[in-house]
Amino acid sequence: MSKEMKKNLQNVAFYLVIAVIIFYLLFPFYWAVVSSLKTQAQLFDITYLPTELYLDAYRVVFQNDNFILGLRNSIIVSFSVTIVSLIIGSFAAYALGRLPFRGKNTILYLVLVMTMFPLIAVVGSLFTFIRNPCIVVGANCPALSLFNTRTALVITYLVFALPFTTYVLTNFFRSLPAELEQAALVDGATPFQTFYKVLLPLTMPALVTTGMLTFIAAWNEFLFAMTFTLDFQSRTVQPAIAFFQGASEREIPWNNIMAASVVVTIPLILLVLIFQRRIVDGLTAGAVKG
Amino acid sequence: MAVKEEAIQVAPPVPKKRSKFAKQQERLAYMLVAPTLLLILVVAAWPLYQAVALSFTDERLGRPGQGEFVGLENYKALLWQVRERSDGSVRIGDSDFYEAVTNTVLLTLVSVALELVLGLGIALVINSKFKGRGLMRTAVLVPWAIPTVVSAQMWSWMYNDVFGVFNDMLQRVGIISDNIAWLANPTTALMAVTLMEVWKTTPFMALLILAGLQVIPGDVYEAADIDGASKIQQFLAITLPLLRPAILVALIFRTMDALRIFDAIKVMTNGGSGTEVMSTYAHRNLFDFQKLGYGNAVSVVIFLIIAVFVVIYLTSFRVSED
Repeated sequence: MSKEMKKNLQNVAFYLVIAVIIFYLLFPFYWAVVSSLKTQAQLFDITYLPTELYLDAYRVVFQNDNFILGLRNSIIVSFSVTIVSLIIGSFAAYALGRLPFRGKNTILYLVLVMTMFPLIAVVGSLFTFIRNPCIVVGANCPALSLFNTRTALVITYLVFALPFTTYVLTNFFRSLPAELEQAALVDGATPFQTFYKVLLPLTMPALVTTGMLTFIAAWNEFLFAMTFTLDFQSRTVQPAIAFFQGASEREIPWNNIMAASVVVTIPLILLVLIFQRRIVDGLTAGAVKG
Repeated sequence: MAVKEEAIQVAPPVPKKRSKFAKQQERLAYMLVAPTLLLILVVAAWPLYQAVALSFTDERLGRPGQGEFVGLENYKALLWQVRERSDGSVRIGDSDFYEAVTNTVLLTLVSVALELVLGLGIALVINSKFKGRGLMRTAVLVPWAIPTVVSAQMWSWMYNDVFGVFNDMLQRVGIISDNIAWLANPTTALMAVTLMEVWKTTPFMALLILAGLQVIPGDVYEAADIDGASKIQQFLAITLPLLRPAILVALIFRTMDALRIFDAIKVMTNGGSGTEVMSTYAHRNLFDFQKLGYGNAVSVVIFLIIAVFVVIYLTSFRVSED
């Protein structure tokens, strides 16, 4: 075999491997899209390429009040959690990344450990808190119950959102050059002014990335969402998809479920495509440097 | 941090003023950290304390505050109580729980091993230079971007016993002749969920390993090329050893994640056909059986198992304090 032929063969083999990998990664989503463009009857006939495009499933999904309410609740909850944890987390991250103080390492460890906290361990006790918020201080106030409210989700989502934003932002603050602050200090700025006027603007890109990852995590959350809410007034879209109901009990409307799945996923995929680089950096920063 | 402190020390000595400044800094730091600490206290530390407290009672979900203190009874029933059955056989602890633990461990081992192999392969491919590398980088993010609940529904549909594309593909290739009810059959259900989990989380593994690959300097390979080392030799002698830290981190992270699996099981099988895992078992006891005491005992045990891995992670990779 000539050298050139061997090289060509190697190339073909390499691209074959790539084709297999791409097929593996993308086929499930492709299949969801194809299925969502079929009618209920067409689902029974497995064709790998879409023949005709029926948008009926999407019409059903967008006329489904539960799904629309779910989307609204998901947006409100995810957005609120993201904003709250970015604000509070960036304060803590500035202190942890930039200021010398006693007990810093302990807190840093605590925050890191919290990013790995198993939610299932506290879902039962958080439920008692949601049902009766005063229980934290040993009092009783079932009248203030947060059960089946979006507030319950915003508060409990902080368990994972706040440590995550704090930890990632701490790393970003640390990576900024020290000269910036020194210059600000020489100019007579107070530490808080230094944070607010010098460092915070520089951290904007990091805030956007961290915020996006937090938003995605909140958007995808399922355990708390299905446990702390009861009906679609406060339920997010994940339980709505998990418990999607058809017109009759026996027939599962797979085309509608797939349409709903595509609708929920498209914004995430777009975000990921647009902010690819930053997401990958944000995802790997904490783990690899650790 | 070290750099900054040095710089401050180099500055003209004005001891009194500096200590005032240091105090000012420290006070600000505490003020900035306080809200985060307070919230962690309310949403994590207190619930954990409450979970442990409840696990020593027989409290029912529907009757708040009426549980009696039962000491270690729940843990005993869960872990070590010996019960003799009418046929003379002996059961230790709660066999449903032990089955859930076995399933979880099995799922974790298989999925993490498969993810490692696939993730390493994909990372190596992305790291080599070829046309369409950008597309590949993007494609790898797609499974990661899809919510777990959605992935679970997508795969449930692919696994459908009558109209599923999975059965169709395997029949076309001739691997199976009859439709298989992948998620209803106890011999295949756990494997089916595991494969979904592998698909969903391989990207994370691949990205972590890729990040590790990219910090290996290229001249190491150039030197090896000059010395006449083959590509396979280079991979075994250079790439793998240098990747070890990245792979270890990825393995620990994924193991902790897999041990906590809940969403996929809940949506795909709801713990049926031999797929009950620790988290679904805890949730079932807490909310379906309304056993707040017993369910919290399960939760605490899960917490302790995860904690072991967190400690392993922290001791092998200390938080960098510069």
